[in-house]
Amino acid sequence: MKILVCISHVPDTTSKINFNNELTEFDTNGVQFVINPYDEFALTRAIWFQEKQGAKVTVVHVGDASTEPTLRKCLAIGADDAIRIDAVPTDGFFVAQQLAEIYKQGEYDLILTGKESIDYNGAMVPGLLASFLDIDFVNACISLEIDGTTATAETEIDGGTETFTANLPLVVAGQKGLVEEKDLKIPNMRGIMMARKKPLSIVAPVEATAVTEIERFEKPAQKAACKMIDANDVDQLIELLHNEAKVI
Amino acid sequence: MSVLVFADTSEGIYKKSTLETVSYAKAISDLLGSELVAVSMNATDNTALQNYGANQIVNVQSASLNNKQYAATLTQIAKEKNSTVVVLGNNAIGNSVAPLIAAQLKAGYTSNVVAVPINTAPFTVVRKNFSGKAFGQTQILSEVKVIGLAKNSFGIVEKPTTATVTDFQATETNTTLASVSVDKNSGKIAIADADIVVSGGRGLKEASNFSLIEDLAEVLGAATACSKPVSDMGWRPHSEHVGQTGKPVAANLYIAVAISGAIQHLAGVNASKTKVVINTDPEAPFFKAADYGIVGDAFEVVPKLIEKLKAFKAENA
Ligand SMILES: Cc1cc2nc3c(=O)[nH]c(=O)nc-3n(C[C@H](O)[C@H](O)[C@H](O)COP(=O)(O)OP(=O)(O)OC[C@H]3O[C@@H](n4cnc5c(N)ncnc54)[C@H](O)[C@@H]3O)c2cc1C
Ligand SMILES: Nc1ncnc2c1ncn2[C@@H]1O[C@H](COP(=O)(O)O)[C@@H](O)[C@H]1O
Repeated sequence: MKILVCISHVPDTTSKINFNNELTEFDTNGVQFVINPYDEFALTRAIWFQEKQGAKVTVVHVGDASTEPTLRKCLAIGADDAIRIDAVPTDGFFVAQQLAEIYKQGEYDLILTGKESIDYNGAMVPGLLASFLDIDFVNACISLEIDGTTATAETEIDGGTETFTANLPLVVAGQKGLVEEKDLKIPNMRGIMMARKKPLSIVAPVEATAVTEIERFEKPAQKAACKMIDANDVDQLIELLHNEAKVI
Repeated sequence: MSVLVFADTSEGIYKKSTLETVSYAKAISDLLGSELVAVSMNATDNTALQNYGANQIVNVQSASLNNKQYAATLTQIAKEKNSTVVVLGNNAIGNSVAPLIAAQLKAGYTSNVVAVPINTAPFTVVRKNFSGKAFGQTQILSEVKVIGLAKNSFGIVEKPTTATVTDFQATETNTTLASVSVDKNSGKIAIADADIVVSGGRGLKEASNFSLIEDLAEVLGAATACSKPVSDMGWRPHSEHVGQTGKPVAANLYIAVAISGAIQHLAGVNASKTKVVINTDPEAPFFKAADYGIVGDAFEVVPKLIEKLKAFKAENA
């Protein structure tokens, strides 16, 4: 089984978000970049298939050279090889077209992604990719098993969960639950040394156009100070929620 | 030309979030001066959509469809109705169907949109970025636009119309996806649907103490939620984890009990309108993001609050 894991490279979750050039550009100054947390779940599951079922795991990322430490980290965690498509990921449409090309060249059985990048929150690349390739798609996946060419995937639906079976090839967008928190891997020295020798190929992008464009950012409005209520006076809280906030 | 909106149902009934999505789509159709076509899925009474401005109702009745079948059906209708904008809600179905439609229609898709377009030429929307830590003004450059609406960002607006109703057969498509089982959290209110969410953190010390959260939620008719470590430790199910890497919460009221208010937690719950924090530590960062705060021990404050709320509910029933 060949698995392609799509990796998005995002600011660490603790990052303070600021913008430059009259709010047109994300300020990367002092920002630490990491593997998108949902993609880390996907990668961890892929490595489980590698260890238990002999799968080969390739990670792929659309980004410029500055993102290479993120791909090296994926290799250190256990991916077999990495592909970087050398282009700035302008929008989800552009990214999905690049990834579709890699899929077609590699004859993969399974594409794993995260359900959303935590920076631009597009939540579209996996669905676009599945549709461009005309293969089935499972979103928000919380459990995935593969048996031969059949996948069994559990996904979150509104107010519950639903389990599907599907034939490979398949696109699965993962989220929390896909693996246990304790199974996430921190690269060890051996992994890091091995990662240096693993293949990381750089490929040129194919011709593709973006269909959306971010013009400008805004920060949420500053909110008023918190009203403090005495712990012995919960009646006052109820009164405020009822008459002021009008939420109960 | 038309605006198309996906009006999904739960057990035959339109959810509040669906009516919000239809109201929002109506506002866009008004901006563009075009008709609003609502695609109604398995509704027992689709005429309800007329109250929210639908000019045409396309009625689809079908056994449960998967995302690909929904997308094929909506795409076909969008083409027949010459739709320039397709609107879906950012719920579980909307999230998986919207990008599939966008790919089919070669349309730009923006999820997490929070307001009516600020401009129609060029078509520009405002959407949440960085898990709600910022907003981005985004232009959709393609001829057809697909929009995902963030929950609780527009509200329900009544605009009575008289609509024409036509039946439509779901479009066939090749798919190997087969549903084998559905597991509904019966009797529980889903976080995504809830007006009020009551959430507990690590400060509650052990799983059994979450009865406090459940009792408080019960008096308020609220959904229950938790911080990440609480679900990581198995005190509560994963499905209750809220925050940047968990479920987003955009409720009217969010009550955080014994949660410190880490940046990743806040990123996912900040969109809630009113936030109440109960925490022993006056320095807990959550107080900076909250509207109302009580510095106190949850084990004392919450039982009192439950008791007083019961009295309040009895009086205001
Ligand atoms: C990549 C990444 C992603 C993350 N994503 C999320 C996410 O999506 N959601 C999330 O929640 N976290 C997330 N986190 C974790 C986050 O950083 C915090 O660790 C977490 O939110 C803390 O949970 P907590 O507030 O329940 O616990 P703590 O930080 O331990 O806080 C417990 C609080 O309870 C208070 N307390 C103690 N006893 C009492 C009492 N008797 N009565 C009242 N108050 C009391 C304490 O004063 C304290 O403020 C993420 C972290 C990382 C690294
Ligand atoms: N630049 C990228 N390169 C590779 N994969 C990506 C990229 N951007 C997004 N993805 C994948 O698509 C998923 C959803 O991203 P998005 O649609 O940007 O929210 C991510 O979790 C990744 O798995």
